[in-house]
Amino acid sequence: MSQTLDTEDDNGRGSQPSDISEAIIRIAGNSQDGIQSIGGFLARLAGRSEQEVMTMMTIPSTISGGPSIFQVRLGTGDVLSPGDDADVLLAFYQHSYEDHVSNLREGGLIVYDSDHIEPKEEWLEKYRHIGIAISSLTVEAIGGTARDKGKNIYALGLIGRMFNLNLEKLERLINERFGAKGESVIKTAMDAFQSGYRYHSDDITNLFNFKQGEIDRSNQVVMSGNEAIGYGLIAAGVRFGAGYPITPWSDIMELLRKELPKYGGSFIQCEDEIASVSMAIGSSYGGRVGVTGSSGPGISLKTEAIGWAVMAEIPLVIVDIQRGGPSTGLPTNVEQSDLNIACFGGHGDSPRVVLAAANVEDCFYTAIEAVNIAREFSVPVFLLSDQAIATRIEAFNEPDLKNVCQDLSPDLTPVQTHKPYDLNTETGASNHLVPGTRIEDGRYPVVTGLEHDEMGHPSSSPDLHEAMTRKRRNKLKALSDKLPIPEVYGAQSGEVLVVGWGSTTGPLYEAVEKSGNNGQAISALKLRHINPLPNGLEDIFARFKKIYVVEMNDGGVHGYGQLAGLLRARFADPRIQGINKTDALRWKVREILDRINERREIESK
Amino acid sequence: MSDSVTLEQPTQDAEERQPLTKKEITADHPTWCPGCGDFSILAIYYKLILKRNIYHEKVTTVAGIGCSSRFPYFVQAHGAHYIHGRALSFASGVSLSRPDLHVFAFGGDGDAFSIGGNHFAHTARKNIKMTYVVMDNFVYGLTKKQTSPTSPIGFKSKTDNWGALDQPINPMKLAIAAGASFVARTTHTNPKHLLEIMDVAMDHDGFGFIECLSECTEFFKGAFDASNPRKGGAFELVPEDHDVTDEAAAYELAGEDFPGKFGIFYQVQRPTKNTLEAGVSDAAKAKFEGKKDWEVLQSTFNRMK
Repeated sequence: MSQTLDTEDDNGRGSQPSDISEAIIRIAGNSQDGIQSIGGFLARLAGRSEQEVMTMMTIPSTISGGPSIFQVRLGTGDVLSPGDDADVLLAFYQHSYEDHVSNLREGGLIVYDSDHIEPKEEWLEKYRHIGIAISSLTVEAIGGTARDKGKNIYALGLIGRMFNLNLEKLERLINERFGAKGESVIKTAMDAFQSGYRYHSDDITNLFNFKQGEIDRSNQVVMSGNEAIGYGLIAAGVRFGAGYPITPWSDIMELLRKELPKYGGSFIQCEDEIASVSMAIGSSYGGRVGVTGSSGPGISLKTEAIGWAVMAEIPLVIVDIQRGGPSTGLPTNVEQSDLNIACFGGHGDSPRVVLAAANVEDCFYTAIEAVNIAREFSVPVFLLSDQAIATRIEAFNEPDLKNVCQDLSPDLTPVQTHKPYDLNTETGASNHLVPGTRIEDGRYPVVTGLEHDEMGHPSSSPDLHEAMTRKRRNKLKALSDKLPIPEVYGAQSGEVLVVGWGSTTGPLYEAVEKSGNNGQAISALKLRHINPLPNGLEDIFARFKKIYVVEMNDGGVHGYGQLAGLLRARFADPRIQGINKTDALRWKVREILDRINERREIESK
Repeated sequence: MSDSVTLEQPTQDAEERQPLTKKEITADHPTWCPGCGDFSILAIYYKLILKRNIYHEKVTTVAGIGCSSRFPYFVQAHGAHYIHGRALSFASGVSLSRPDLHVFAFGGDGDAFSIGGNHFAHTARKNIKMTYVVMDNFVYGLTKKQTSPTSPIGFKSKTDNWGALDQPINPMKLAIAAGASFVARTTHTNPKHLLEIMDVAMDHDGFGFIECLSECTEFFKGAFDASNPRKGGAFELVPEDHDVTDEAAAYELAGEDFPGKFGIFYQVQRPTKNTLEAGVSDAAKAKFEGKKDWEVLQSTFNRMK
């Protein structure tokens, strides 16, 4: 896709590299080949350089083996999505080669392991092929019989040579990565790497050279979306959580289980989803903000308890890493089909807050925001991410942790009197008193899922149910008044506004950039606050003729998806229409532009 | 995570705090039917709090759903009335994050052994520190007479007009098999015994489980007459020579026909989840001695560059 990477030029060969501003490299092999770690190295390298980086990977849902890919997009400008088509395909096996050629741009470069791959006649014309005996050269370099081990590091060396990457930085990364595993492991890795890096052939030596970036991005951290959520929760001051393993949420519980003890906290693996949400709520009642999370069916199981937290007004953060549904669905694929359950899942009127993170950096800060909203408004907050964000690695500016980190130790200062459900607060929000706190008038509260009076005692009085329902709802209204009005990306008015959330946002922004070049400009709007919606959207919508809500979920019986449905209910505006898909794959930029153009054609008839 | 909550002890008032009175620990008037066994258990709970000289704020009472689960409303202390069957999970969250509190959970047989059966087994095996009293009446009372998991075969209910068909759960056997570290049985008709058992259970460092027979006079009248000497039954204590650390002997005791024995069937000391988690945390924290939380996180981020 990047016209800047031009391999047709003869200058691309030999010692005269062609200057490029970005490259998309797709590495295809089997899951045991360690191709994820090549991607990880490249992402970290970019994080220490002037390059932006975004990656994507697929993992097979089987336990071991099976095809696996890692795509990394390195660029000197802003990188908004993992990219549509790769410039370079590095293929380890015949199936990797055959299955992924279609993801390579025309004229792209295929570097293949000639020990395993027989190039196809019809593709030799279309793509540039470079065959290297990666497997046997790796064995030659590191010895031994483990043919599959070390290939990834050898390939990293090759990529380093092709793209003229910083040798010193790469070697330091390898040292850090394998440092803990002992001298002999480091030596083997370094032998494989250097052998790849020194592979001599005019074909690949110094093929490309990244242009110097304009912005200094060297102070970046590199992590996956799931890691960013985990560390964001820790920074926010969360010290207790509970969960049950399910893909792709499990990474977060594993991280919190390992990390929280360092902070005096703990994350408990429970017997099921219901126990885990309940334990998290119990700890919130105890004075911390408890966190739980899940994916797919696990979220369905938690809904009754979440309803209790709404009714009892107890803070809670629920992380939902969306995957394809319903039921067991597609555990390792991406979908944005949990918006409805996040906003409405549960019986009765149960207003709760829903936030959606759009990229890895956003995961970190949205996790903190989720905790703070939960605390301030004593309400469950859903943090929506998805499989695509969860597993991809990005580099982002290092947060100022000294100022970002919060201490949420419970306050047990005695109070004179206390009403857990005070009806006369300014925003409707009231905070329960932490057990252990002395109340001098001797009247102690009960937090409850029964409708109740201001002290928490059960009541089915019609007036009270009205008043308490209003209280729980008005908190969200008060929150929406505080939310920033979202900014339109691209022209501030025009014909088409595309609206998106979550991982769809990156490709949407890139579609805006691309559309500007072909005279059919579009603008984009990202919604981070899904429930309640921020104020000011009607003014933004009024400036455009068409509003397309682009989502990875089903357009339903009436042709609009879950966010579109929410917006239609809110604004009753028939201009709001859905552009949806359910192939359980991330949106490509080209797909979005094609679908908009299709709409234009239909509507112009 | 015993050290994670840095609790600042409120400075004591100039004047010494007087011990609580029964009136001060009493809240709403119970909604139970006249003659309900639950009244005795509530009365004994008040007695226990007074006897142990605990202040309001140090007691946390948690319950699920059912007649008995209304309990927290009747106690003048911090309380939570949670959802059906999940009181133990909620109580575990309180217990694990707030080691300074003593958590009591109350519930019925439906809550404990039917909808919440899974949580019962896992809270027991994890040995999470709390006292759990199941007020077992062998029937669903709040929903007006359906078969419960402890209803005896042949019990005629609205869901088994012809008499219950299914083998009832044996709470003692279930608790022992699940790994509970304190398993005891008592009845509301013997308040003295009930208080004794609750007293010991409270001192047990771990998951203390008490099955307390509590008659539902409305829907299963006379269910426990065989255990009540005033109704011609027999209240027999666990034999003095019973070894409470002998799991097989406890299991055998649990297998006796109704009314069986009363007292502590099984009690062993094994590390609580609370202690084990605190140990993990202490070990992890030792590596970051003197560092602020943000500095610990910073050291992690430094490795992600």
